[in-house]
Amino acid sequence: MTTTRLRLSGIRKAFGATQALRDVCLELAGGEVHALVGENGAGKSTLMNVLSGGCAADGGVMELDGSPYAPRDTLEARRRGVAMIHQELSLAPHLSVWENIMLGAEPQRGGWLNRREAKAQARAALARLGYEHLALDRRAGGFSIAEQQIIEIARALRTEPRVLIMDEPTSSLAQADTARLFAVIRQLRGHGVSVIYISHFLEEITRLADRYTVLKDGQSVGSGEVAGTTQAHLVRLMVGREVTELYPARAARPGPPVLEVRGLRAGPRLRRADLTVAAGEIVGVAGLIGAGRTELVRALFGLDRSTGGTVVLEGREAAGRTPGAGWQSGLGFLSENRKEEGLMLALSVAENVVLPKLGKFGRLGWLNRRGMETAAGAWIGRLGVKARGPAQRVAELSGGNQQKVALARLLEYPARIFLLDEPTRGIDVGSKAQIYELIAGLAREGRAVVLVSSYLPELFGMCDRIAVMCRGELVDCRPRSAWTEPSLMAAAVGGAA
Amino acid sequence: MNTRSLLAKLGPFLGLLLVIALFSIPPEVRGYFLTYANFKIILTQTVIVAVGALGMTLIIVSGGIDLSVGSGIAFTSVVGALLIQRGWPTVAVVAAVVASGAGIGLLNGAAIAGLRMMPFIITLGMLGVVRGAAKWLGGNETVNYDASAINNWMTTPDPFGWSLPAGAWVAVTAAIGTAVMLRQTVFGRHIFALGSNEATARLCGVPTVRTKILIYTVAGAFFGLAGLMQLSRLRQGDPTVAVGLELDIIAAVIIGGASLSGGMGTVLGSMIGALIMAVLRNGSQQMGWPTYFQEIIIGLVIIAAVFLDRLRQSRSA
Repeated sequence: MTTTRLRLSGIRKAFGATQALRDVCLELAGGEVHALVGENGAGKSTLMNVLSGGCAADGGVMELDGSPYAPRDTLEARRRGVAMIHQELSLAPHLSVWENIMLGAEPQRGGWLNRREAKAQARAALARLGYEHLALDRRAGGFSIAEQQIIEIARALRTEPRVLIMDEPTSSLAQADTARLFAVIRQLRGHGVSVIYISHFLEEITRLADRYTVLKDGQSVGSGEVAGTTQAHLVRLMVGREVTELYPARAARPGPPVLEVRGLRAGPRLRRADLTVAAGEIVGVAGLIGAGRTELVRALFGLDRSTGGTVVLEGREAAGRTPGAGWQSGLGFLSENRKEEGLMLALSVAENVVLPKLGKFGRLGWLNRRGMETAAGAWIGRLGVKARGPAQRVAELSGGNQQKVALARLLEYPARIFLLDEPTRGIDVGSKAQIYELIAGLAREGRAVVLVSSYLPELFGMCDRIAVMCRGELVDCRPRSAWTEPSLMAAAVGGAA
Repeated sequence: MNTRSLLAKLGPFLGLLLVIALFSIPPEVRGYFLTYANFKIILTQTVIVAVGALGMTLIIVSGGIDLSVGSGIAFTSVVGALLIQRGWPTVAVVAAVVASGAGIGLLNGAAIAGLRMMPFIITLGMLGVVRGAAKWLGGNETVNYDASAINNWMTTPDPFGWSLPAGAWVAVTAAIGTAVMLRQTVFGRHIFALGSNEATARLCGVPTVRTKILIYTVAGAFFGLAGLMQLSRLRQGDPTVAVGLELDIIAAVIIGGASLSGGMGTVLGSMIGALIMAVLRNGSQQMGWPTYFQEIIIGLVIIAAVFLDRLRQSRSA
């Protein structure tokens, strides 16, 4: 714990107009487990990409064991001894365990593979983790996620890493597997490997890590020893900021309930959700990435098949949910993935806006293009979309204007219950304010809104009530005034509220 | 090995047995269909597709595709005919024809890996380029020559004896060599790694660009070899031959259990796939079915094979 393995100072990185990292400092000692914590979007992933050679920093200094370190790609980072285990595993599923571990460094003689030697080396790497019993010849894709993770760690160990970065390694692990992984990490620490451990689960960090660094809005805002630090202190560092005047004032006047969800389940990512939303009400859904928030709204709208539970819309039970039926029963869904799912970028504003009700613009099979453009043009005016006209391709608009087009589709149908998944993701502050005003306006007109967001100030600024999801379950739903940011974060990470 | 994975490995083989059994039922064809002489004919008919399927197996396992094979076979057969015409010795002709096939593969591979373009697009373009080049080279007509030892590759001196034509032995030898290469060499395993997860392969230091170029070049050499057999069968260089043959070759590889998304496929499977199609053709001819009926049947078999494969995959996942 005396030597400094890795030192970062003043790291900056921008993607277009977004400053992902402003001024990050981090010091990693040899043979320690260092927790990196922060809210969604605080810049953790970007920082780790810079470290592992995924992308280059715009500025700042990195030193590895005293010498300058600036990897051009992941391969060079690995050669220098910095390896990363990604949240999404990156094994070759068709290859066997030993082939995955030895990939790119196969023992050979004149191009001929030395299987026996390769397997021996793979077995040795697994043995360091206490997993020498793993069947070397089985296809990697056939193993559980926990075992695949072990295979990937074994591969990283083959290059004798000095720094091992683990991004949310337990997000899809069961309790017993998490305990086993922790034993492996402690073993690595014993061998002198420095581990950077990224996790949302603060309880894990207090169990495992020696020191921590907190990132907020692309800056390192605190670091220290884990021993003697409370979870509450970490949470304050993570969320401590002011709610600005972005959010319109609105008096809550909820009407009768229009959306009643009871015991909704959909696959392993959505295990149970109960929720009631009234007309004129905005209900937020908070939670970490992977907690099941997106799965909840997708299952409600019929995009994902639900495996249990009932949904009552405006007093009628909605059976056989499909997106088409969803539209007809008054639901409107805004995808979190604007570019790949939410919009058809190559098509015009008009086509994007009227698609769900395209049939209404047809007469004997002929489309009334002028009618479509008139309808879309009205929304361009009302929402202040900066576009040349309804015939312009959506791809040519800015992110904020694209999002307004996506929302116009819901308004044009018109939807009565709005399911909005991350409606302000990746758009500028000006457009954000306009979209907040639009959402508040919907509630004033008596529409119901479910607002999924990773950004806590947005939820506190907009919602009448906020529901929290954790590991696939909707664990709590309270009026906004009954939450504080720390208590909400605590519920989201599975701690006591 | 459990029963399911055994079944998965035997799948194409069972398909072949099924097809043979079907044509053994009707008494009017059984008498001839099941003779050794007929199997020799089937083997000889399948040689060109089989050798092509060897190259295509490498490409498809690596996650790629090559649509220019039919054109490549025509081009290389024209090259061979011209060289024989000029009096080149047989060994030199063989070497030059295989090398010209490898050259086309090198162009494909360099364009795909170097320009980072979709194999589908590059080889679709090359389908036209190479076909045109073959016609240009042949002066837009067939290239004839007097005699060559290559002419004997696809025939046997005694049609009812046990001996197989030389071309069949070449195909068998090439198949064994390819199977060993895929299994026992680092290059072979890198082909699977590329097709299974290219990003991971790059991360682990597999030279992806070089490997890809090499894959298409080696495959091109096989297509050159297939061109040589095409030349041997026709006994002339025909620049308009083998149109659409790449689809038969791709079908053989897919029926043999390879995945079009890469990472899966075996030489044995592809060879059986080629045989299944040859048996179907041969059997339908003897049943007196019109060719359009054969086309429909082979098309349905391809769809059925891939559908069964997907069922197998989803159950094992």
